[in-house]
This record gives sequence, C-alpha cells and structure tokens, in this order.
Amino acid sequence: MPLEFEKPILELEKRIQELKETARTTGVDLEAEIRLLEERLARLKQEIYGHLTPWQRVQLARAPGRPTTLDVLEKAFRDFLELHGDRAFADDPAIVGGLAYLEGEKVVVVGHQKGRDTKENLRRNFGMPHPEGYRKAMRLMDLADRFGYPLISFIDTPGAYPGVSAEERGQAWVIAQSIQRMGRLKVPAIAVILGEGGSGGALAIGVANRVLILENAWYSVISPESCAAILWRDAKEAPKAAEALKLTAQDLLALKVVDAIIPEPEGGAHKDPDRAIQNVKEALLRTLEELKALSPEALYQDRYRRFRALGAYAES
Amino acid sequence: MALERLFRRKRPSGENRDVPELWTKCEACGAQLYKKEFRENLYVCPKCGHHHRMSAAERVAMLADEGTFQETTRLAPLDPLGFVDTKPYAERLQAYQKETGRKDAILGGTCAIGGVPSVLLVMDYAFAGGSMGSVVGEEIARGVERAAAEERALVIVAASGGARMQEAALSLMQMAKTVMSLDLLWAKRLPYVSILTDPTTGGVTASFAALADVIFAEPGALIGFAGPRVIRQTIRQELPEGFQRAEFLLKHGMVDRVTDRRQLKGELVRALRHLHPGVPYAPGV
Repeated sequence: MPLEFEKPILELEKRIQELKETARTTGVDLEAEIRLLEERLARLKQEIYGHLTPWQRVQLARAPGRPTTLDVLEKAFRDFLELHGDRAFADDPAIVGGLAYLEGEKVVVVGHQKGRDTKENLRRNFGMPHPEGYRKAMRLMDLADRFGYPLISFIDTPGAYPGVSAEERGQAWVIAQSIQRMGRLKVPAIAVILGEGGSGGALAIGVANRVLILENAWYSVISPESCAAILWRDAKEAPKAAEALKLTAQDLLALKVVDAIIPEPEGGAHKDPDRAIQNVKEALLRTLEELKALSPEALYQDRYRRFRALGAYAES
Repeated sequence: MALERLFRRKRPSGENRDVPELWTKCEACGAQLYKKEFRENLYVCPKCGHHHRMSAAERVAMLADEGTFQETTRLAPLDPLGFVDTKPYAERLQAYQKETGRKDAILGGTCAIGGVPSVLLVMDYAFAGGSMGSVVGEEIARGVERAAAEERALVIVAASGGARMQEAALSLMQMAKTVMSLDLLWAKRLPYVSILTDPTTGGVTASFAALADVIFAEPGALIGFAGPRVIRQTIRQELPEGFQRAEFLLKHGMVDRVTDRRQLKGELVRALRHLHPGVPYAPGV
C-alpha cells in the first residue's frame, strides 16, 4: 500500500510507463510528451521528498518494505547464528540477536524485529518486546563483554509492549536493567535506529558509544499518536505532535541525541532496501574502525560522558 | 504514562463550607478528618489507611533528621525544543513554578537520616506530574555524584508520571544519564534506597527508580511502566483488581517491602544502617 503523499508520484510514474508502452506497441513518437512528464516527475519528487514533514517521515519509518533487523543481518553481515531465549521464561520474537561477522570482524548483534507481513507481525508483536526480550538482549550483552566482541544494536520498535503480562513480569525493571547493562559494556557499542525509536523500549538497547540513525527514522520519548492523545486529547493531532517532538534525524543530530545520519535512497529506504542496507553497513564499518582504538575502560568512559552531557537546563 | 491521573488529581480539600480550614475528607472512604490530625498522621486516613499524596517539602520533613536538610537543587528548566501543544511549554513551566514555588519537579539536598549521612532527592508530583525532563535528570545525576564524593547514602522518593513529553528525546536521555550515574555508588559501595509513591510510572520506573539496592513502596501506590489507560486501550479488557498497585508489585517480586508511611522512616533508617559500610554494627538503634 502506497503512502498517501507518495500517490501523486506513483500516478505520474504509472502514466509515463503507460505512454512508453503505447509508444512501443503503436510505434507513435511520444518522445516529447514523455520527456515533459519525466521533467515534471523530477520536479514533483523534489517538491515532495525534498520537503518531507516530520509526520511524513514517521510514515516512511513505518513503511512496509523498509529494512528490518533481520534484513540487515542477512545482507550486511555474514554467517548470522541466531540465539534464542532469556534462560528464565521464554524466547521473545520481538527481539532477535546472535553472533555474526561484519566483514572481518566478529560481532554480537541484537535488535527489535517487526514482521514483514501481517502473520509475522502478529508473531513478533509488531516489534514490541516483553520483559523476556530485554533479558535476551542482556544475555547477548554479557556474551559481547565476555568475548570482547563489539555489540551492534538495531532499534525499530513503537515501544515496549504495554500489557498486563509485561507489567507482571517487570517491564520497567528490565528496561532499567538493560540500560544499565548496556551502559557498562567494556566493548564498542553502536546503535542504529532503523525505523521507529519508541521511548524506553528503544533506549533499552540504545546506550551505545555511537548512535546512528537512518535519514527518515524517528526517536523520541513517546509516539506522536500517544503524545497527541495526551496533550491534544486527540490522537488525530499526531502530525502536530510529530512536529513538536523534534523527532527527526536532523533534529536529533542538533540535540546530540544521535551522532550521525545514514542517508536513505530517494523516497525512503523501502524504495531500495539493498542500497539502504549498504549505507548502514558502510556507516557501521566506519564507526567501528573509530571505536576500535579505545581501551575497554576508555569505551566505558566515552559512553558515560556521552549520556552524562545530554540535557538542557539553566544554572541558577 | 499515567498522566491522565494528573488531570483528575484531587487534593485533600475542605468540602464543608462552614469550617473549610479545619476539616477534610478521605479520598478513599470519605471519612471526615480533622486536618491537624490528618497532617500529623502523615496524610494517612486513620479510618481506612488510604495514603494521600503529600508535597515534596513534607516528604523531606518526614524523612530527614530535624534541622539537617540543606537544599542543593537549583537548576531551572529551559524550553530546548520550543515545544507548543495547546499551550506553550514555557507558559506551562511558569504556571507550575508559580503554583509550587519550585523551579522544577525535584527537591533535594544533603541531610542525615537516622544519623546516616545521606543525599535525599524527592520528586514533586505537583510540578508537571513529577515528570522527568533535563532538570530532574541532571539533579539526580548531580545528587548521585555528591553522594559518591561525600560518602553519603542516596535516597530517592519517586512520584512521577514518567519522562516529560515537552523535552522529548532529551527527557528520554535522562533515563540513561541517571542510570549510568548510579555506577559511582556501586564503585564506592554506597547504599541507594528508592521509595516508590503514588504514582511512579513510565521512564522514571524504567530507569533509576527500579535500580535501588532496596526498594520500598507505599501501600496502594500505582507503580508500573505503562499507565493503566494505555494498557486498557491496548488489550481492550478491564484490568484485574489491584493491578499495578504496590501490593501487586510485591507479589510479583519487583519491590522489597510495602511499608506504611507511618513506619517508613524507621524502616528506611534500618535499611540504610544495614547497608552503609561506614555505619558500625548497632542492631535495633
């Protein structure tokens, strides 16, 4: 299903295709018309993609076909060995992780996992983890520390699951513990926000030395819909909330919440997932190279200082 | 987030027009209470035991040894995002500041608690629902640093709807900042006790509040990650009786003790004396 604001582009693309088809089958020379429409298409794309609103970016961040953690693992990494379970209660399909190679480097990977279709989305609870998911993440962090392998995390969740069972099993407690566990890593940690960075459920695997974000991903303390429901008392005001929350990659870079933006192909990562994944891989390799020079203690201190410095207040 | 509770907050207030300043009513059982006695009973209804909310200043008076508290909190909030919803954040801040006489949602300082040198930080629910923005996060981190530098115990009284929406991602980052700062206490073997009061939810529960060495909760306090309204909307069912109340959390293993406010200082002192390596063996003091 195309996004609402993409429709004019898709319609124009379709008309150009049709004209080309007509030209081919009838032999009529439509070169001039086609060129005119292609110029119009270029202008239209520039107009739309060049001026995306925060709310449009939120929609891109959720677009079907956008690369998920497993897509990135499959294409940017080699020999991914998935590990399951929290050794206490269950295996949470909303968080995946395991051992992998990034070029010549052994790494441990953990990430939220949304479904790539409705059936898988139901199984993976739309990427909203339960406590066992965060306990699995902490297990993987332990592994990274134990063997000295870098930890790479992929963030893509609307938020930790708000439900009775999650509360019974201490959702708040495991998120706090996961933040603490990741903060204490003595290995390089890199987080990449692939799509949605929804609140504490995202931060739980986001306490990294470097936090990278895809161009159209978002990261904030609350989703625009929930924010609108509380502050505007109407979830339909989500576009306004998206604006106010300053949740886009550019805004977050200015606030120093993220360290770098990974470019997406024109129209968003779902238009050319392979290109987007390649960009993620290049950014990871660059960042890893930078962090490899630091000692275990220096990595801890670097991360500590990074988060210690965030915030805006006045001394008085 | 349990911000919905903020909007229907009821303070203990005199309903009786004839003697408005002398009497009040219990929120839970409706019993008529003589205000002076109610205050002396730490806002616990003597009839049904319901724990009413109390101000940050009263919390300090209740927990710190008399005459020992020195306030250290002093930061003022900014409006880093220029946030506007139905009202500008800057205006909301001014209104809260006027209403509470406080710059932001936290009151803290150094004191003795049962003779144990401590840093005491109390969140103020009356200020923006006790929400954690940059000021609350920074004051907590500084409080932890002070405790570590001066070999003090850390006591935090939590009362919060969660992270503050109007500072968005910066509020979220305070969760990581506060949690990481606690490492300083670990390194020096200094105790950290948190007291969860009504309500403690969202990004506050899911960060420093959940990570104390000993966690107390007040009877009946709402404590959790997601607020009950959000959960009800998500699962579209009524929530079980007592869900997310202090006793529920005790049953599920998330808190150490549910303690009546009238016994809280005594139990807190015992915990601090047990934990603090600098306090000599002295059972039952």
